[in-house]
Amino acid sequence: MIAIVNYGSGNLAAISNIYKQMNIPHAIVKDPVALANATRYILPGVGHFDYTMRTIKKSGMFDALQENVIVKGKPLLGICIGMQVLANSSEEGDCSGLGWIPGRVRRIQAEERGVRLPHMGWNSISIGRDIMGLFKGVDETLGFYFLHSYYFDAVSTSSVLATTDYGGELVCGVTNMRNIFGLQFHPEKSHRNGVIVFRNFALI
Amino acid sequence: MIKTKYFKDPKYVGDPINAVKIFNEKEVDELILLDIKAWEKGGPNYNLLEKIAVESRMPLCYGGGVTNPEQALRIINMGFEKVSISRAALSTPDIIGDIASKIGNQSVVVTLDVRKNPITSGYSVYSENGTKRMQLDLIDACRTVIKKGAGELVVNSIDQEGEMKGYDLVLAKMVSTEVSIPITFIGGAGKTADMAKLINEVGVVGAGAGSMFVFKGPFRAVLISYSRP
Repeated sequence: MIAIVNYGSGNLAAISNIYKQMNIPHAIVKDPVALANATRYILPGVGHFDYTMRTIKKSGMFDALQENVIVKGKPLLGICIGMQVLANSSEEGDCSGLGWIPGRVRRIQAEERGVRLPHMGWNSISIGRDIMGLFKGVDETLGFYFLHSYYFDAVSTSSVLATTDYGGELVCGVTNMRNIFGLQFHPEKSHRNGVIVFRNFALI
Repeated sequence: MIKTKYFKDPKYVGDPINAVKIFNEKEVDELILLDIKAWEKGGPNYNLLEKIAVESRMPLCYGGGVTNPEQALRIINMGFEKVSISRAALSTPDIIGDIASKIGNQSVVVTLDVRKNPITSGYSVYSENGTKRMQLDLIDACRTVIKKGAGELVVNSIDQEGEMKGYDLVLAKMVSTEVSIPITFIGGAGKTADMAKLINEVGVVGAGAGSMFVFKGPFRAVLISYSRP
């Protein structure tokens, strides 16, 4: 059962709806005990880094996730802010992140790149080393829908799962090459490509 | 859900949720939902919007009866990416900045409905579903709303609306030269070639369409369709 973690962040219902239409068992969960019963996790999101981290830490979610994802190795997919909290820290706030994928979340360098913020709209992606097959069947050129001003600056290039071009290369996907994945864009707003990613995640 | 010609003769074209499902299938880039009766009814139909947000697999913009930042925030939190204001933006432009401070400038769209002004040969802005002519020239309106914090502009040509004979390229050139924020033009698109022509003439802008995706044939039979340009 896929747990869509409810820490007050957006698009839970849209993600739930996508899994419902694929007949894949899932639930929107906030209770730590219920989290333990899931086989994989999705951290969705729209919102502020600190608010999201505080909510995860406050409600006992953090311990449940730590136990199930890090110790037991169950798969986890973080989307947008859900990806950013995987980092050690963020320029957006003061809280520390989960630190499950080494890196720091930074503001996109708009002036240097000659672009406007936020990065909002459809953009193509370039898939890197996708060992676990999260992007199998995805049309890179068609890409996904983005809406963000901060990005994941991974410590190691081996953590980079995918990049996009926004005034230059920008990391948009990270992974620990085992069970944890983070995506900067919104698969739930990206039609077929998004559905493919959600399905692939369910099969990992 | 209805479709009009020159903002008149509303023709029923189907249920909005069904339309969203169809546009999902067709992989539409972005959907704008404008509730033209929202003002009379006292505001957005949140129930319907919630259902639409759950169903939609694409980015969404909602407009209709939005007059304050709390409504805008509620709509964004439901899963919409942008909120459009029109009447409120014209009557009280400061509301643009107020809403932007709650949801971010990028999510604030101002929609301007325009008609050619035969006297000045410019364009006049209309409010209240095209019934009220504002004492305002389009370019002045653009400058004001941008100054107040609009992140995006949608310019709708009432003259071309429903005609499906192509966009008003004079209008498009005029506005795109003046404006540096993202713009989408609507009104007049009849075929994919019209959109290509718009982008060729004017550069990167949004090409929006209603009738083109909803009507088919000379008798305007309702057939919701979409071909990826």
